[in-house]
Amino acid sequence: MEWEVVIGLEIHVQLSTKTKIFSGASTAFGAEPNTQACAVDLALPGTLPVFNENALRMAVLFGLAVNAEIGKRSVFERKNYFYPDLPKGYQTTQLAEPIVGPGYIDIETDEGVQRRVGLHHAHLEEDAGKSLHEDFHGMSGIDLNRAGTPLVEIVSDPDMRSSKEAAAYARKVHAIVTTLGICDGNMAEGSMRCDCNVSIRPKGQEALGTRTELKNINSFRFIERAIDTEVARQIDLIEDGGTVVQETRLYDPDKNETRSMRSKEEANDYRYFPCPDLLPVVIDDDYIEAVRATLPELPDARRARFTSEYSLSEYDAGVLSAYRAQADYYEQVVKQCGDAKLAANWVMGELAKFLNQNDTDIKDSPVTADQLGGLLVRIKDNTISGNIAKKVFELMWSKGGSADEIIEAEGLKQVTDTGAIEKIVDDVIANADKQVEQYKAAEPDKRGKMLGFFMGQVMKATGGKANPGAVTGILKQKLDALCD
Amino acid sequence: MFDKTLAELAQGLERGDFSSTELTQAYLQRINALDSQYNSFITVTEEQALAQAKAADEARATGNTGALCGLPIAHKDLFCTQGVRTSSASKMLDNFISPYDATIVSRLKNAGTVTLGKLNMDEFAMGSSNESSFYGPVRNPWGTDRVPGGSSGGSAAAVAARLTPAATGSDTGGSIRQPAALCGITGLKPTYGRVSRYGMIAFASSLDQAGPMARTAEDCAMVLNAMAGFDPMDSTSAERDSEDYTAGLNQPLAGLKIGLPKEYFSAALDAGVAEQVRNAVAEFEKLGASVKEVSLPNTELCIPAYYILAPAEASSNLSRFDGVRYGYRCENPVDLEDLYKRSRGEGFGTEVKRRIMVGAYALSAGYYDAYYNKAQQIRRMIQQDFVAVLNDVDVIMGPTTPQTAFKLGEKSSDPVSMYMEDIFTLSLNLAGLPGISIPCGQTNGLPVGLQIIGNYFAESKLLNVAHQFQQATDWHKQTPAGLEV
Amino acid sequence: MSLDRSDVEQIAHLARLQIDAADIDSYSQALNSILNLVDQMQATNTEGVEPLAHPLDAVQRLRADEVSETNQREALQAVAPATENGLFLVPKVIE
Repeated sequence: MEWEVVIGLEIHVQLSTKTKIFSGASTAFGAEPNTQACAVDLALPGTLPVFNENALRMAVLFGLAVNAEIGKRSVFERKNYFYPDLPKGYQTTQLAEPIVGPGYIDIETDEGVQRRVGLHHAHLEEDAGKSLHEDFHGMSGIDLNRAGTPLVEIVSDPDMRSSKEAAAYARKVHAIVTTLGICDGNMAEGSMRCDCNVSIRPKGQEALGTRTELKNINSFRFIERAIDTEVARQIDLIEDGGTVVQETRLYDPDKNETRSMRSKEEANDYRYFPCPDLLPVVIDDDYIEAVRATLPELPDARRARFTSEYSLSEYDAGVLSAYRAQADYYEQVVKQCGDAKLAANWVMGELAKFLNQNDTDIKDSPVTADQLGGLLVRIKDNTISGNIAKKVFELMWSKGGSADEIIEAEGLKQVTDTGAIEKIVDDVIANADKQVEQYKAAEPDKRGKMLGFFMGQVMKATGGKANPGAVTGILKQKLDALCD
Repeated sequence: MFDKTLAELAQGLERGDFSSTELTQAYLQRINALDSQYNSFITVTEEQALAQAKAADEARATGNTGALCGLPIAHKDLFCTQGVRTSSASKMLDNFISPYDATIVSRLKNAGTVTLGKLNMDEFAMGSSNESSFYGPVRNPWGTDRVPGGSSGGSAAAVAARLTPAATGSDTGGSIRQPAALCGITGLKPTYGRVSRYGMIAFASSLDQAGPMARTAEDCAMVLNAMAGFDPMDSTSAERDSEDYTAGLNQPLAGLKIGLPKEYFSAALDAGVAEQVRNAVAEFEKLGASVKEVSLPNTELCIPAYYILAPAEASSNLSRFDGVRYGYRCENPVDLEDLYKRSRGEGFGTEVKRRIMVGAYALSAGYYDAYYNKAQQIRRMIQQDFVAVLNDVDVIMGPTTPQTAFKLGEKSSDPVSMYMEDIFTLSLNLAGLPGISIPCGQTNGLPVGLQIIGNYFAESKLLNVAHQFQQATDWHKQTPAGLEV
Repeated sequence: MSLDRSDVEQIAHLARLQIDAADIDSYSQALNSILNLVDQMQATNTEGVEPLAHPLDAVQRLRADEVSETNQREALQAVAPATENGLFLVPKVIE
């Protein structure tokens, strides 16, 4: 039987506010346990929530970016359950009246499959703390620093039909929220977490199959793998005559399998009701328009502009526009060096390689966009070759400083003086009888390929600093002269 | 000295008849000597009180004092007080030393008041007799075999027994007004949002409101001046300018329009109480007020609506007491569920557990519409009844309670009969309106309370009406038999 | 509507309250009498009435996104039943 996969995503996005959604405690990542959990976050008796204006603004900004209706009246509700990382015994969230109503996001997979994914709604809520399971004499430790961090939960319609579409959708959400500047996008730190609802049905069937929910996936790669694994499991199950049980499952990336989360199996009765400590959030058109006025250029628009303005390929434009900090960086490099293609190659090549290897976000790159631009200027004006530039870049990365400073200090300036190059070429030719003979013996139209050896020798002798264009010309001229 | 009102004590301090330290020492001695009869204090903060008194005396010496500077007061034990146990009269919080002050506590501190201690109450403010306290019942100074009312029973009894000239209370369904009535004192529940709830241990968030309890309306006005005002820490706090509640006390009442809801004078009302209330209304007529009968047709629905909404909110508000971050934790929990269930099962008393379960049930899947939503709809109907009547009259008057102080144990086995105690008071919490209870007579030697209800933020009007009555009568000056003053 | 023992046990579990087996009957009696009382509401026609969650028709106020809290861990954990290395300790959490 041919199966159709149906996927819906719930993405939790941590908003990059300075403070918690309902308290004035800092949301900075990585602090000592419980040092950023104030009386309100700990749910001390008598404490009360007050709503963070920036969390509201960011949620509205997101809604506007995904073509959604904005809830002019939204209501916080309490979702009641007991868990040690949930200090109040309820999560403050939105249910019946969320801040962001229906909207949509257009996606495209690497294979070029395009789809419009419906956004069911997005709501504001508070994050929970963390349970740490190191051994405290058989106990767990609770850190509530994260408790109360504002989240927008973005709930899609079940519109995706493959794991690749799901990953493309998640990437797109990531691109949008980072472009909007409402989330730092750091998935390793949990700034964006994904729950995938997965079901299968016979192709052509209208009714949805029973879905399972894959919890808390924190990388795009794992979204694809987790869904593929779960789909395979469901197909095997059904084809073996079994039935899919609606449940929450956990993806184990090490074993590449999903397994049932038994502890969450208990039928939950969350007893939602409007939070009496908070009042309805009411905003008007003026507010919405004021937020709309701050919308930055969104990834789709920027990608289109990159192809038209910079003549980039669809692929390059897509990669460079997917992450706002990267797109901003790229454009600054272009501005500095005036060569969009060269800038694209460097940002996606050497820079990306170093960022990856050092697990560094582009915002924290030790080589600034202006510095990289300065380096590319020196390639363009023939001060250095592309290969030398890589060496300069490495030094800029490790030691800091501008390209010019490093070129100067390390004496890497390209030799363009033809007299000096001629002298070196003469030396190389004089010491390479065998290769010169071979060159002479070769058919004239094959000789070009044989220049490589001589070129290598010249570069070796100059420490790579000779201008490759000039060397090629001189070599050709001198060798060809020997052939006459 | 102990029979003086807060206003009279303020004059005494001002004149130099006594210092705050002398006054504070005298009250501390009196609490020490007499409170074993009433059990109105859970914690006496002697050291802190004397330090505050000393500071007040020093402030007075420099001439830098407000109206409340140096005057003793005591707080219901659900207001968080930094460095002092704040128990909400529950085993759950018997070991809880609050790391912070409630907004009203710091406001009263800043006004220079001296905190004598923390007052007994029904556990988590759930009760109308003060019998559900972990620290034992409070006894009514008008008869120690009788309840003082609740949940602010310790506050009412302490004021009535002259153990403190004023106290703070909180009122979710009548918890200021009902004990004030039963103990023969004055107690004001302000408009919802007028006094900050920050630092007041929540019972039912959309109903809870703190207020002053004292012998007279004038004293309540003085205390309310310090308590009331906008608080950015409380999202439900009303953004309104502060006002001086003492300023309008002496307005004459000529032309005042009083509404008497016919539903408040039903068969359930004790005849003696009814008679005293009618006498009091006649007194207002003498002062120039006019009286007409009005109708609040949904009065009877207040009780069912309230007993859904309050437990529903409470069931959620009390989830934070889980033995993890503060408060009672059971011995040797075997797992997480055991930790929760035993900490909460052992830490909460019976009435609290009952209400948590009612609330959890009312909110649970499948029952929300029939219970919670329905109750919220009835809540609006009740509010609209009041709005309509208050378009027509200035104030509504009636009995605060259907009867006078009952005997300890009389209703404790039957929660529903206890709930009927609140029939006249809890509609104001549902509607968010202000109300004051003042002593207006006695029947069988026990005080009767008159409830005066006003429009939103009409606290000044209520205090004015009450004060004028107290200028013309002396019910508020009555002392329980045998009480030395 | 009437609650039996198992209903009471289920609600107690939902609310994480340990109730002694001997007390369940008295709880179920009390809960039933309260529910009988509140069932009086059901006879009232509330069709079209907007539920009232807050007495004042106020709307949520917003707080500026500025850090106002400093680290008070020591003071806040002074009242905690069990802590270690700044963490609150609970029986093992199983996920």
